[in-house]
Parts: sequence; structure tokens; C-alpha cells
Amino acid sequence: MIANFILPLTGFLEKTFVITEFEVRKLRHDFTELITRALQPALWLLIFGQVFSRSGAMHTGTIPYLDFIAPGILAQSVLFVAIFYGINVIWERDLGIVQKFLASPTPRAALVLGKGFSAGIRSLSQTLIVYGLSLVLGVKLNWSPLALLNVLVIVVLAATLFSTFSLVIACIVKTRERFMGVGQVLTMPLFFASNAIYPTAIMPGWLQTISHLNPLTYVVDALRTCMLSGSASTFGLSHDYAVMLLTTTILVFTGARLYPRLAT
Amino acid sequence: MSDIVLDTEALTRRFRTITAVDALTLSVYAGEVFGLLGSNGAGKTTTIKMLTTLLQPSSGEAHVAGFSITNEAVDVRRSIGYVPQAVSVDGSLTAYENLLIFAKLYDLPRREQQARIQEALEFMNLTADAGRLVSEFSGGMVRRLEIAQSTLHRPKVLFLDEPTVGLDPIARDTVWEHLIDLRTNFGTTLFFTTHYLEEAESHCDRIAIMHRGKVAALGTCKELEASLGSGHTLNDVFSHYAGTALDSGGSFRDVAVERTTAQRLG
Repeated sequence: MIANFILPLTGFLEKTFVITEFEVRKLRHDFTELITRALQPALWLLIFGQVFSRSGAMHTGTIPYLDFIAPGILAQSVLFVAIFYGINVIWERDLGIVQKFLASPTPRAALVLGKGFSAGIRSLSQTLIVYGLSLVLGVKLNWSPLALLNVLVIVVLAATLFSTFSLVIACIVKTRERFMGVGQVLTMPLFFASNAIYPTAIMPGWLQTISHLNPLTYVVDALRTCMLSGSASTFGLSHDYAVMLLTTTILVFTGARLYPRLAT
Repeated sequence: MSDIVLDTEALTRRFRTITAVDALTLSVYAGEVFGLLGSNGAGKTTTIKMLTTLLQPSSGEAHVAGFSITNEAVDVRRSIGYVPQAVSVDGSLTAYENLLIFAKLYDLPRREQQARIQEALEFMNLTADAGRLVSEFSGGMVRRLEIAQSTLHRPKVLFLDEPTVGLDPIARDTVWEHLIDLRTNFGTTLFFTTHYLEEAESHCDRIAIMHRGKVAALGTCKELEASLGSGHTLNDVFSHYAGTALDSGGSFRDVAVERTTAQRLG
């Protein structure tokens, strides 16, 4: 793995973007995926959000409940799509595509990060939907260019993080059946043990501890800070970024190390 | 034809209790068409995977284009092309895009990329279909595109794992025509595995027959036929060295891959 990183960083990034470019090109040929992605966040915001907002069961302080969950639903929909990204590489393994890329001189980490970025770009469609719905539902959004830029970066980073996590799982389990099983098992705990749809303050102590180890919590905190006007960050935006960047880096390295397993 | 472009020394790969490749030692000359034959599970694919750096050997060593597969894997990867048995081009991209991504990954100079791609498309008779999605291609076209993709960077050695499995006889002949052209025009060494004895007979300079991970026989087809005495065919040679049908193995996954590939290409 060390040999992969002796190559100049520019070369590495160039290869990463080549992988991303061609993953994104696939969207041009078939963009139905972008539409199906929009459905889930719409249901959560329009049905779950509306009902719980009326019930008044969730105490979210000065922020209305719908405002509170809008960033949570964005983070959730990014997670739900990204966590199954690994199925693509299992598919590519069952064909001979992974093998052919691994037999090329492309650094393994570039193969992994390139795919991660492409998942990030795909997630931008969900951002658009959540912003559209939030606007209709009267969520007080922060429209400053800096805040919007931050949201884009956070969404891409979060999707890269979770899709790389998914890729790591795919490299370990190697078959579609096992992968779907593991994916299902992971999604719900990641989602519920986070601050996406309720504040961590209402959780029992043990669950709070788990939620603090969950990267999704920091994604949601960062999104909530930047998307809404007048929402203070729980952990601090730079802390959120640090957690996301560090986790992604560790996952990319792990993925690069495990990726060759797919060729065997 | 005296330069050795590929040699293995006691190359061995074990999977738990099974020794898939057992102390394999052979040399291949530059510009040679070399066929690796054997029944399912004889160790052909494992050998190719080690030589293309996809699989680390358990022991032994091999050099491809002068580089060690264990210590200089990246240099080996730059010098070779690989066409796996399963379909390895992306159906959700066009033929042109499939070539462009590899032109970029193999660091072809930006100025040369377009010319190289056009040339490869012409060479493989695919120019008219460059803009079509590969998922609409026939089996023979897919294989030709895969060969174009694997040879864009002019590799010294091209590895092909069952290049004609699942193709009809006409598509098979076209693929072979193009492969032989590659050798003639660029001196590319072809190292391939096959089940089809008639392909080995008509195209190979030399063949090796593998049996249970070892080389059971090595030489030109004529030499091997003569080794059994006069009047023997390559079929006789194969059953003599590769054992009876009952010996034929191969894991469930290998057989599944072969059948799905045949289905996809056919």
C-alpha cells in the first residue's frame, strides 16, 4: 500500500478524477436513478415530518420540528443511498471489470476514492429535492453563498464517507446476498443512533454514547448548522469536518488495502 | 524470437489445502503466441491471475517484461494488457468512453489519446459503433472492444483468459484475426488460456498443458503429437496429459463465471 502513495499526489488525484468522471458519465446515459433517489426524502419530510411536527412530541428547542429534521432527512437520504453503493463493485466483480482495473497501473486508493466522489456527486440531486421541499414547507433556510457551499461540500463528503464504508464491506463479504444482509443490518442503527430525527438529549445515556461515535451525527450537525438560519452547532463546525475527513481518510486507506481481494 | 518476455520459477499458489498452481516453471519468448491448456481446475486462471499481479504467489517468482510480479507489480501492470474471461467493458458507457478511460488511466499523452483511440477502433472494426452503448453490442464486438481497450497502451504481453468462450465460430475467427494482427504489427506476445484444442492448433507457436497445477507437457503442437508416437492428434495428446474427464474439476464459481460469460456474449 505504501508504494501506492509514493506516486506524486497530483497523479493520484488525476486518476481519482478519471474514475469519478466515468462514473458520472454513466448517469448521462441513464438518469432514472437520480429521480428514484428523490422519492425517499420526499416521503420522510412530507409524511413523517408533518405528523411528528403536529404531534408536538419532539422537543427541539427554539427550532420548529420540520426545520430540525430537514437537514436530518438530507443526511439520512445520503446515507441510505450511499450505504448500498458497494453492490456496484460486487456487480463489477462478477463481470470482469474490477479485475481489469486492478491489472492497470491505477493506484488502488484512486479507484476507491474516485468511486466515493462519484457517489458524492450523485447525492447532489437529493440536496436539490430537500431544498425544494423545505422551501415549500416553510423551513427557514440560510441562503448565504458560504452556507450553501458548505452544504454542498458536506453532502459530497458524507456520501464519499458512507459509500467508501459500503465498498469496504463489499470487499469483505464479496457476494450480493451477504452484502444486502449486512447493508440492511447497518442502515437502521446508523440512522436511529444519530441526531437525524430527534435531539440526542432525549436519548438514554448508552445510546448517546453510541451516537457520539456515529459519523452520521456529525454530518447532521454540520448540515443543521449550515442549512438553517440561526441554528448553533452542537460540536462546532470544524470538529464536524475533522471527524468526517478523518473517517473518510481511514476508510479510503482500508478500502485501498482490501480492494484487491475482489480480484481473487 | 530469442528474447524471453515472461518466465516463472517454481511459481506456486495454495488455497488452504489445495495447491492450485504447483511449482510452475516455464518461459515465453517475445512475440510468441503461447497457449495454456488444461481441464477446468487445472490452474490456468490462477496462473494468469498471478502473472497479471491480481494474486500474490504463495512461493516462487515470475518476471514479466523484465519486472518481478512480487516486487515490481506496478511496472508489470504498465507493461501488460489483460482480457479477463468475464465481460470486462462497461455496458453503461459507450465504446469510445470505455477506451477513453483506459487511455487516461494508462497515462497516454493527451495529444495522442484521440489518435490512439481512433486507430484502435479502426483496427478492431468498431469505428462505426464508437458512440453506441456497449450494452447493445454483440458478443464478438464486446470481445474486440475488450482487446482494443487492453492494447491501447501497446503492452508487451497481452494476457487473455478464454478469449473466445461463448462466441460463435465466425466471431471467434474474427477475434483471432485481430489478435494475430496485433502480434504481426506490434510484436505483442499473446499468452492465453483456452479449452478449444483447434484454436491452440491453428494459432499457437507453443502450448503448455496443465494438469493439477503442474505443467504436464510443453512444446509445439507437432512436438507433442510426435511425443506419443506417430498418428496421434492433439486430442490424444490432451487426454494423455490432462487426464480423463472424471478428473476435470473447477470450483462452482469458476464454472458459474464461465457459463454466465458464455450467456452474456452469446
